[in-house]
Amino acid sequence: MATATVAKGAPGETLGAPPRPIRRFFDRHRNTLGAMAFISPWIIGFLVFTAWPMIYSFYLSLTDFDNINPPRFAGLANYRAMISDHTIPQALWNTFHFAIMSVPATIIVGLLLAMLLQRASRGNGFFRTVFFLPRMTPQVAVGVLFLMLFNGSRGIINQILGWFGITGPQWTVDSAWIRPGLVLMGLWTVGNTAIILLAALKDVPRELYESARVDGASSLRQFWSITLPLISPQIFFVFIVNSIASLQTFTEAYTAFFGNQANFSNDAALFYAIHIFETAFRNFRMGYASAMAWVLFLIIMIITAIQWRVSKRFVFYGGGGDE
Amino acid sequence: MSTLVAPTTDTVDVKVAKEHKRRANVRQRAGQIFTYTALSLVCIVFIYPLIWLVSASFKPRGQVFDNRLIPRTFQPENYRIIWEAAPVAQWLVNSLVITTLAALAVAASSALVAWGFTYFQFKWRDRLFALVLGTMMLPAVVTMIPEFLVWSGFGLVGINAPFNGTLPMWAHNLFGSAFYIFLLRQFFMRLPRDVFEAAKVDGAGNWRIFWQIGMPLARPALVVTILFEAQAAWTNLQRALIYLQDSSTFTVPRGLKAVVDRFGAGIGGEQNWELVMTAAVVTTLPLIILFFFGQKQFVDGIATTGSKG
Repeated sequence: MATATVAKGAPGETLGAPPRPIRRFFDRHRNTLGAMAFISPWIIGFLVFTAWPMIYSFYLSLTDFDNINPPRFAGLANYRAMISDHTIPQALWNTFHFAIMSVPATIIVGLLLAMLLQRASRGNGFFRTVFFLPRMTPQVAVGVLFLMLFNGSRGIINQILGWFGITGPQWTVDSAWIRPGLVLMGLWTVGNTAIILLAALKDVPRELYESARVDGASSLRQFWSITLPLISPQIFFVFIVNSIASLQTFTEAYTAFFGNQANFSNDAALFYAIHIFETAFRNFRMGYASAMAWVLFLIIMIITAIQWRVSKRFVFYGGGGDE
Repeated sequence: MSTLVAPTTDTVDVKVAKEHKRRANVRQRAGQIFTYTALSLVCIVFIYPLIWLVSASFKPRGQVFDNRLIPRTFQPENYRIIWEAAPVAQWLVNSLVITTLAALAVAASSALVAWGFTYFQFKWRDRLFALVLGTMMLPAVVTMIPEFLVWSGFGLVGINAPFNGTLPMWAHNLFGSAFYIFLLRQFFMRLPRDVFEAAKVDGAGNWRIFWQIGMPLARPALVVTILFEAQAAWTNLQRALIYLQDSSTFTVPRGLKAVVDRFGAGIGGEQNWELVMTAAVVTTLPLIILFFFGQKQFVDGIATTGSKG
């Protein structure tokens, strides 16, 4: 190769034999450089879409910003204003109340469904498909669909309750029943939780149950002492995933209760994510919304940290070597 | 395979064993009857809302709430009306394009990154990967506002921006996504290393090993990634509310929201819920069809998601 003709220090100089020190550098860090080439999309994405937005949003939370005029520094004014803003505790309460009902309900129902599915040898594929179909329905459609089904006077759900002599509540209007209604609506999409737990149940070694039965353990006892500990990693996984998701609930509640509808009482469905969205993109109070987002971020961090701590006592990772 | 197994019998008296077996069989039969009854009931609960939705979409106004599954008056014109009242076809095309780009982009970039974290050994690997996982915990609402400002800072937001401002709907996926990087890495780690070593000895470069050996082997995991992201992109409303400003660029969920606001709003007492239901059926169908084709991969993918690998 005509190494001599390549201008020294030219950017694309790779054909000729590079000067020794550079070559040594390349040889020594070959793996790192190769890896960096592959990882670079994520690194760029992390810097542009995560790290920078985090820093910038923290800065914005200290400003007045309407997305038109440049941000004006305001110190902690947004955070102070949040303290006296009664919609903030309202939205936080709505969100946590919903999450506290929805997460355990999802896991319990998901586990029951998974156990039923595990016992069904025939038609397993069919049942899994049916349980998963609601997941495929756009949440906007789910939101309006359940607005119909939950209708206080004419919806099917109250009609069925009526067969048992129960007068159903005004699900979509009564602020005490909007959130329980949304929890029930969420249970309709429990399919993926059930499937994760089903996979976990299948991994529990059969022999354990057999020897437990020989020892005379009841079904309930087997469930507590064998099933639950052995599937605890997956329970923990769905617990974390569902917690984060329910704290960010947006679409179903937003379609069902917000928009141009003036005739719905929506305070009970004003979840925190909706509140941030409305503040930022409807009222263009970007600084204030950023402060709200940061408060939520801190809360989620704290909750997740607690969950990890607590999980160490209850989650059982068999065979060591947790990857 | 049966779930209940009769106790081992070789040490006990044969008579007792037979009795045991008979009882076990009766119990098993009863258990199966209970299981299938319960599953069928749950099935009805899960499928009913969808059937109701389809049925309501064929009903005339005012009969939506009569809760019959077979409409008293059959009104298929709803579909023509909604087709003419709203650019539904346009929304479907928009969604199709954005969903395809989003799914392919995320699969390609995440596979690349996952490969980087699996195939290579380098100094900060595990710490860097922990950071990838850490970003999964980050709530999207925190970065929602600055991300919008990043896109608009690049001049990519708004109907006059390149591609009518639809780029922010999917282009972030070009940079990988923590969840899929995790998923694909779990898969790559299970591949036998000696195949790659052999290819290396034969003189294949990093890129070639990734592209010609790693990727083809990873096909099941890639299909799962594409299906997951297709579902997420197809149903995402929040992004669409933020970035799409003109009804000609709307995706399906955004369009559906517009239909709800217009026909379900109850302005002047006009509530055409049957049209909302019709629009919902039209926009739900494509995803359900996709699901039927990819059903097995989808469900298996979800099953592996929760495992620690």
